[in-house]
Amino acid sequence: MVANFGFGTLVVTFLVALYGVGAAIYGGRKNSQPWIESARLAMLLTWPLLTVTALCLIYLLVTGRYELAFVSSVTSNSMPFYLRITALWGGQAGSLVFWSWLMSAFASAVTLRKWDRDREFLPWVIVVALVTLAFFLIMILFFENPFDRLWQTPAGDVRTAMFQPAGALLLNQADGRGLNPLLRHPGMIIHPPMLYLGFVSFVIPFAFAIAALVTGRTDDRWIRITRRWTLVAWLFLSLGLLLGSRWAYDVLGWGGYWGWDPVEIAAFLPWLTGTAFVHSVMIQEKRGMLKRWNMVLIILTYALVIFGTFLTRSGVLSSVHAFAQSAIGPLFFGFIGLTFITSLALLLNRWESLKSDAQMTSLFSREALFLLNNLLFLSIAIVCFWGVIFPLISELVTNQKITVGPPFYQRATAPLFAGLLLLMGIAPLSAWGKSTVRTLGRAIWKPFLFSLVVLVLALVAGVRNLAALLGFWLCGFVVAITLYEFWRGTLARHRKSDESLPLALWRLASRNRRRYGGYTVHLGVVLMAIGIIGSQLFQTQTQGTIPQGGSLSLDNYTLTYKSLDNWDTPDGRNVARATVMVSKNGQNLGDLHPRRDYYYEAQQPMTIPGVRSTWEDDFYVLLVDWQPISSEGATFKIYHNPLINWLWFGGFVFILGIMIAAWPDKEPETVSEQVRRQAYLPAKT
Amino acid sequence: MRANPISRGRLFPAHKLWLVALLALAAVLSVTIVAVAQDSTPRPVTDDQVNAVARGLYCPVCENIPLDVCPTTACAQWRELIRVKLAQGWTGVQIKQYFVDQYGDRVLATPPARGLNWLVYVVPPAAILAGVYILYRAFQTWRKPVLAIPPVASTQGEPTTIDNQYIVRIEEELKKR
Repeated sequence: MVANFGFGTLVVTFLVALYGVGAAIYGGRKNSQPWIESARLAMLLTWPLLTVTALCLIYLLVTGRYELAFVSSVTSNSMPFYLRITALWGGQAGSLVFWSWLMSAFASAVTLRKWDRDREFLPWVIVVALVTLAFFLIMILFFENPFDRLWQTPAGDVRTAMFQPAGALLLNQADGRGLNPLLRHPGMIIHPPMLYLGFVSFVIPFAFAIAALVTGRTDDRWIRITRRWTLVAWLFLSLGLLLGSRWAYDVLGWGGYWGWDPVEIAAFLPWLTGTAFVHSVMIQEKRGMLKRWNMVLIILTYALVIFGTFLTRSGVLSSVHAFAQSAIGPLFFGFIGLTFITSLALLLNRWESLKSDAQMTSLFSREALFLLNNLLFLSIAIVCFWGVIFPLISELVTNQKITVGPPFYQRATAPLFAGLLLLMGIAPLSAWGKSTVRTLGRAIWKPFLFSLVVLVLALVAGVRNLAALLGFWLCGFVVAITLYEFWRGTLARHRKSDESLPLALWRLASRNRRRYGGYTVHLGVVLMAIGIIGSQLFQTQTQGTIPQGGSLSLDNYTLTYKSLDNWDTPDGRNVARATVMVSKNGQNLGDLHPRRDYYYEAQQPMTIPGVRSTWEDDFYVLLVDWQPISSEGATFKIYHNPLINWLWFGGFVFILGIMIAAWPDKEPETVSEQVRRQAYLPAKT
Repeated sequence: MRANPISRGRLFPAHKLWLVALLALAAVLSVTIVAVAQDSTPRPVTDDQVNAVARGLYCPVCENIPLDVCPTTACAQWRELIRVKLAQGWTGVQIKQYFVDQYGDRVLATPPARGLNWLVYVVPPAAILAGVYILYRAFQTWRKPVLAIPPVASTQGEPTTIDNQYIVRIEEELKKR
C-alpha cells in the first residue's frame, strides 16, 4: 500500500514536471503570464509530492519491508534506526529519489523569490530545473524504481517488478542484506547530503545562465541574482568534500584522507570549475568583462555535476564510492551530451551580445590575475578529468585496463596548486583596472619580508625538503598579505572615523562581507595547505607484528601492545579491539583502541583506527591482524601524520569564510531595474 | 747471501701480496653472493619492505585501492607473494614486473609511458599550454583598444593620505556591487 502510494506520487511528480516544462515553454514564447504562473506552481508542487515519495520510502526502510528489492538490499534487522533512514541514499534507487527531492526543494525555493524584477527569466529557469528533475524521475521510474518488489515465479526464479507478474508470489523475507559496512558510520548522515546539495544547487545558477541566453538579457543581472545561490552551492560542495575526506580518514583505514579515487575526483571537478566561476563573476560585475567565459564556466560546472553523478551511478568506474553496475549509463551519457550541446548552441547564438564592456588594461590588474587563477583551476580540472576518463579510453581502444593513480595527480597538480597559492597572495593587493609592478611592489614588500621570516623559521626547525620550504613560504606569504589587508582596512577606517580598532574591523567586514569573507576563505585554504604539506611530505609509517607487551616504534613514538578483546555485537558484528599504550620520548601518553569490525552478513571487515590527535600531529594506529592464542601477538600499522589537524581546522575556517561571504544583505535596486519592475506590475485602474 | 724470495718458492713478491689478498677476498665474496642468490632458504622480510613494494601496486579486483592498504583476502595473498619473492632475493622492480606479466599494466599505479599511454602524460600539459597561449593572445587583443569604461577611480575628490585612498577604494568597490 505505502509502496504503491510512493510510486504513485513519483508518477504524478513526473507528469507535473512534464506539464511544467510545457507550460513554461509555451508561456515564455507567448509571453503569457498565466501559463508562466501555472508552470511556476507546477514547479512548486514537485517538492511536496517528492517529500511524500521520500517519506514513503523512509517508512518502508524503517519498518523493514524486505519484500522490496531496494529495502532488502540496504537495510537489515540489526541496523540502528538512524542508519535505516540514511539507507535512503545508501543505494542507487533511493539516492536518486533523494537527489530528486533535493533538486525539487531548490527548484521550489527559486519559485518563491521575488520575480518582479526578472520576470522574463522565470519560464526558462523553470524549464531547466524541471527538465533536470524530469530526467532523474525518468531514471527512477523506468530503470531504478525503489518501490520494485521481489517476486517468486512458479519456476522458482526471483524477479524484480513493481506489479505482480503472472503466477508469481510476493517474496517475503525475514531480513535484508543490510547497508555496506563502510556506510554504517555517522558520516553517512551528513556527507552524502552535503555533496548532493552542492550538486543540485549548482543547477540554479546554470538555469539562470540559460534563461539569460534564451531571453537575450545578457547583462550581469543573472550573475547578481545567482551570486548567493552560487556561494551556497560552493559551500555545500566544499562541505561535502571536506566531510568525505574526514570520513575516509576515520573509516577507510589507510592513514590518508584523499586517495584520488575517480569518484572523489568526479565530485572535485565541478568544485574546481565552480571555484573558477566564483572568482570570474566578480570580473563581470566590476568591469563588465568575461561574459562569455562566465557562461562557459557555469555550463561546464553543470555538465560536470551530471558527469560526476553519471560516473558514480553508471558502473563504468570501480570505486569505493560507486554504486553497482546499472543500465542508466547510456541515458546519463545522452543527457549530458544533449544539455551540453544545447547550452553551447545557445551561447554561440548570443556570442556577439556577450562582448566585454571594458578592456584589460594591465597584466597586473586584479582581473588579469583572476583570469590567471581561472587558468590554473581549469588546468587542474583538465588533469583530473583526463586522469579519470583515460582508463575508459584505453579500455575502449586497446581493450586493456590501466590505472591512473595518485602519483599522476600529485605530480601534475602540485605545481598548479602552488601557483594558485601565489596568486592568492598577490591578487588581493592589485586594484581593478590598473595596477603596475611598481604599485604592486609597494604593497607587497612588507608581507614578503614576513614570509621570508617564515622561511627562515622553517629552516631553523630543520625542514630541508625543497617542496615543503616552498609550500611553507607561500603559506606565510598569503597569511601575511591577508592579515595585512584586514589590518590596512581596519587602520584606515579607525583613523578616518575615530572608531576603536575592533569596531572598525567589525564594521569594515560587515560592510563588505563578500570581500572579507573571501579573505577568510583564503586563510582557511592556507591552514589546509599547511596540513596537506605536513601530512603529505612528512608522513611516516611502519608495520610490525608484536607479542603482548612488545613494542613498535615510529619517529619519537613507541606503541606497546597491552591486550586484545574479541566479542560479537547484537548488530551482527564481530569486534576485535586492541589496547595499546602510546608513549613519546619515553613519556606515557595514554591508551588507544584500534579495532577491526567484521560484518557477518556482508562478510566484510572495517578498520577503525585508534588516533591520538594534537596540533602537532596525529599518531594513527591500525589493527591489521591478530593471533589471540599464539605468542606472535598482533600486527599493527602505524602512521605519523604531522600537522594534519591544520587541514581540518582550515576546512572549518574555509566554510566559515563562505558563510560570511554568502550571508544575505539587502541588494540596492538600480534605476533601470525599477523601470523594469514597473513594467511587470499590474496597471492601476 | 740473502736468498731471493722467489727462489725460495714464493710465487709473488712481498709488495704484491696485498693485490693477491684483494683478489682472494673478491673471489670469496663472489662465491658467497652466488651462493646466497641460489639459496632457497627464505630470509626474514619486514612488513615495511613488503608494503614499500605493495604501495605501487593495485590488484585487479579492488580497483583504485593500493595493495598495501587493501583489506581483502586476495590482496593479503598478493602481499604474502611479495614477501616470498623478497625473501628469495627479488628486487621491487622485478616483483612489479612479475605482476605486470601476470595481470597487465593495470596493476601499476601509473601506466608506463608507451603506446597509447603516452597520451596520459602529453594531453594535460598540451591543453594547459594551449590555455596559456589563448590567454596570452587574449591579453594582447584586450590591451590594444582604448577603455570603454574607465577603471575604478574615486569620485569623492582626491584623498590626501594613503589610508584615505585605501578606504575610498574599498567604498568605491562596495558601491559598484
